[in-house]
Amino acid sequence: MSDILTMCKIVLSSLRKKTACQMYPVKPAKFYKNSRGHIALEPAKCILCTLCAKRCPTGAIEVDRTKGVWQINRFKCILCNECVHSCRPVALSMENQYAAPSANKDIETHNVEIKKPAAKPVAPGESAENS
Amino acid sequence: MANRTIIPFGPQHPVLPEPIHLDLVLEDEKVVEAIPNVGFVHRGLELLCQKKSFQDMVLVAERICGICSLIHGVGFVQGIEKVMNLEVPERALFLRVFWGELSRIHSHILWLGLAADAIGFESLFMHSWRVREMVLDIFEETTGGRVIFDAVKVGGVRKDISKETFTRIMKQLDKVEEEYKQIAEVFIKDFTIIHRWSNVGVLSKENAAKLGAVGPTLRASGIKSDTRMLKYGAYEKIDFEPIVEHTCDCYARSLVRVKEVYQSFDIIRQCYNKISEGEIETKVTGFPTGEFFSRVEQPRGEVIYYVKGNGTKFLDRFRVRTPTFANIPPLLQMLAGCDLADVPAIIISIDPCISCTER
Repeated sequence: MSDILTMCKIVLSSLRKKTACQMYPVKPAKFYKNSRGHIALEPAKCILCTLCAKRCPTGAIEVDRTKGVWQINRFKCILCNECVHSCRPVALSMENQYAAPSANKDIETHNVEIKKPAAKPVAPGESAENS
Repeated sequence: MANRTIIPFGPQHPVLPEPIHLDLVLEDEKVVEAIPNVGFVHRGLELLCQKKSFQDMVLVAERICGICSLIHGVGFVQGIEKVMNLEVPERALFLRVFWGELSRIHSHILWLGLAADAIGFESLFMHSWRVREMVLDIFEETTGGRVIFDAVKVGGVRKDISKETFTRIMKQLDKVEEEYKQIAEVFIKDFTIIHRWSNVGVLSKENAAKLGAVGPTLRASGIKSDTRMLKYGAYEKIDFEPIVEHTCDCYARSLVRVKEVYQSFDIIRQCYNKISEGEIETKVTGFPTGEFFSRVEQPRGEVIYYVKGNGTKFLDRFRVRTPTFANIPPLLQMLAGCDLADVPAIIISIDPCISCTER
């Protein structure tokens, strides 16, 4: 049995309902606790262990231990949460809000204080140039 | 004999969200033959297995497709787990089924919307996607992503669902089903839809079997075949019967999908009742050595994963046979003899996913 009334009923009843859209820029976006928006770093907690850079499947994170620089390329990051899982001092966290759009493919840089000497201690008998 | 004309269809066409090109050979308004041409979005994902570790490859596998992403991940992970002889905790298997069936619901509702859009039924398209949005919200709440979930890993799953959240989600799903019921009625009963899809794109039972159709396309041609019947993962503890239609046309294919959504709601309820507390992952040690063919059922049909490990963290070979790839020869069979105006409706009826096909 075919009819056209079933659809008419849905259309007419939706006239009385409120809009189904979220009206996003006017009202803030709805997020959940698990929502993956962007990776955030707390530089004070970071110990420059480079584990996040090693675990990143896309190579979005780069860490320079000698200069104390932690960098993330937001255009490469796929929000897989691997770095957050691997971060032992809990310096990295997943924030709900999406990363801001950008016209340039800039790399975000954070300066991190070097907490212990970056260079390896030189073994006795070896010159500094060889190490 | 009328003059033959060749009309190019795609890769850019209002009805297609993805690029596939068909050369339609016409005699007057009738299509005599369709010559497909694919390869516009080839990304070479299969070769990436030699550069990414097998654990990172799960993320690549999930990104083969934006709609059935989780089930792609499950297929790959299942292959690796068989090669490495890993015992996956039961809770993880049930969670995979839960998210997998939720993916099926969102994929089928998405398809129903797109199919309505292809025949010019805009209001039904909007209403279908309104219902799908509620399913995406559940995904975002449980996995953190809306279409790419990253919820599966080798040896288990990444995210757990607490008892309270699960109970709340089940209540939410009841609401989704109520809303869906109204939309589904339209797909079953509406005059426009029956008129537009009945006896269009007929694929006989013999041709469907001979040309190797899979998924809803096969089941709409009267063949009871579903990869979930292999009882992989937690499906061995779940009762269900594949949905079969016998009219073999576009309308039958839409009916199969409409009914499969109800079936998925039922499987999710079974999951909720049968899931037990426990671990969600096992520790993975060592590297895969050996090869395995993993088969899982996606919303679009059967997907086959071949993985071959060589004892290092990189795989030797990784091969995917996606459902749309298997459904292209049946599609060409359906197109031969149809009217030019029916071509968009027929192409949409196999639920083509070109990004899957070209990997």
